[in-house]
Amino acid sequence: MSPLLIYVLLSIAKIVVVLVILLTCVAYTVLLERKVVGRIQNRFGPNRVGPFGLLQPLADGLKLFLKEDIMPASVYRPLYILAPVIALACALISIAVVPFGANIQYHYHGMGIDLFEISDLNIGLLVILGITSIGVYGIALSGWASNNKYSLLGSLRSSAQMVSYELALGLSLIGVVIRAGSLRLRDIVDIQATHGILSWNVFGGFQIIAFFIYLISAYAETNRAPFDLVEAESELTGGYHTEYSSMKFAMFFMAEYANMITVGCVATLLFFGGWTSPFGNLLPTPHWIVIQALLPVFWFVLKVFLFVFLYIWVRGTTPRFRYDQLMGFGWKFLVPLAIANIIVASLIFAPR
Amino acid sequence: MYLVIFFIFGALCIGGALNLLLQRHPINSALSLIVVMTSLAVLYLLLGAEFLAAAQVIVYSGAIMVLFTFVIMLLNAGREERTRGSRAAYMVGFPGVAALLGLLTYIFLSVRTPLGNARLGGASLVTTSELSRVLFRDLLLPFEVTSVLILIAILGAVALARKES
Repeated sequence: MSPLLIYVLLSIAKIVVVLVILLTCVAYTVLLERKVVGRIQNRFGPNRVGPFGLLQPLADGLKLFLKEDIMPASVYRPLYILAPVIALACALISIAVVPFGANIQYHYHGMGIDLFEISDLNIGLLVILGITSIGVYGIALSGWASNNKYSLLGSLRSSAQMVSYELALGLSLIGVVIRAGSLRLRDIVDIQATHGILSWNVFGGFQIIAFFIYLISAYAETNRAPFDLVEAESELTGGYHTEYSSMKFAMFFMAEYANMITVGCVATLLFFGGWTSPFGNLLPTPHWIVIQALLPVFWFVLKVFLFVFLYIWVRGTTPRFRYDQLMGFGWKFLVPLAIANIIVASLIFAPR
Repeated sequence: MYLVIFFIFGALCIGGALNLLLQRHPINSALSLIVVMTSLAVLYLLLGAEFLAAAQVIVYSGAIMVLFTFVIMLLNAGREERTRGSRAAYMVGFPGVAALLGLLTYIFLSVRTPLGNARLGGASLVTTSELSRVLFRDLLLPFEVTSVLILIAILGAVALARKES
């Protein structure tokens, strides 16, 4: 076979593997959320299907798949169908530029193929931001196409919220980019790899304020509690997915959780040293090459898991914002703070 | 392979632009415009201008067009009626389009050899760091003046929208 064909086949294989793992993670994040929120609210959470309720996601998926797919009478059909597809596609695409482990390449006839990343781009960070900004359309169009006042209000709220917080989110990342001098995610991680936890951006890079700005605006960007006004049940019934049922609803649901995982990945890469170990070079390097390759992936997965857990913890703890509080907090507090952070970061990193 | 991608996204761009004009519903037109902007970003990427492509997606498809669709949804604009159009548009428009098309074709064909090897701004504008070096050092004053211009436009919009107290 020609090298190009091998390259294409390996790339497709990588995409399939990453997608399967991501979707499994999405399913089990839902279970984790139900379990943890259950514990927070002093109950057990799902524990009937399989041991410890571990087969619950499977049962949920089957239930959603077998439900009747209702198409309400006066929806605008093309956009009503397209909206969940846009939401899910945007949520899944951004994982393509996320590196999961150290830079290990499989060489074949002069073509290096990254083992732990689908594609290594010079502008990886910008790609993630761009795809997030396209993701607004999924929610905006779903509300409009449903021809329902609750849906429309929910989606208008969400578009305004996402556009507002996108600004603070983008500005909070600039300190990190100044330190690394690159938009490539691998470069950003490599500069944090020297002294373990001390050289991570959140501590050694003096980006702890930027990290909290990022975290808060990412929660708003993914429409999660405490910023889930988009689907505030007491005001808007279901928000933008009031009229959706069966698999179309499941697609929105999966998109939300996939976005959570992506936010966890990005926070890990940008502020918590990606796949590098928190102990730096204090731990001995394992001799067996497989362990050597998989240890960084372990650290990465652990950190992402902690971020997903934090998401759920916050959801179980905080009450929902009021709409004017949300907008005031975003524009009057987070954006000026992010700009001040950029100035401080550029003063710190200017002498280098 | 580049040629194939170019033709796919060039066709998508032109198709989107035509659809923008032909659709009767404002939201469909807005969505076609998003397709046009995003295909333009891919064309920038083919020219090697990675930052420009990303900025095109983030700024145009992501921010400006969201505002467009937002306004359309907020006003709940309905379908537009199809009219015959004014006679002046037919009298001037079609010959104008034909003349413009002929002129552009002539220019492109006459300078096709240099255009075929064209890169954005020589070889110094490709990567993000090169672009920012030009933008924030060599052309700093025009860049900042442009941003002040945009600020003035925003202030003007606020002044116009403010209610008399």
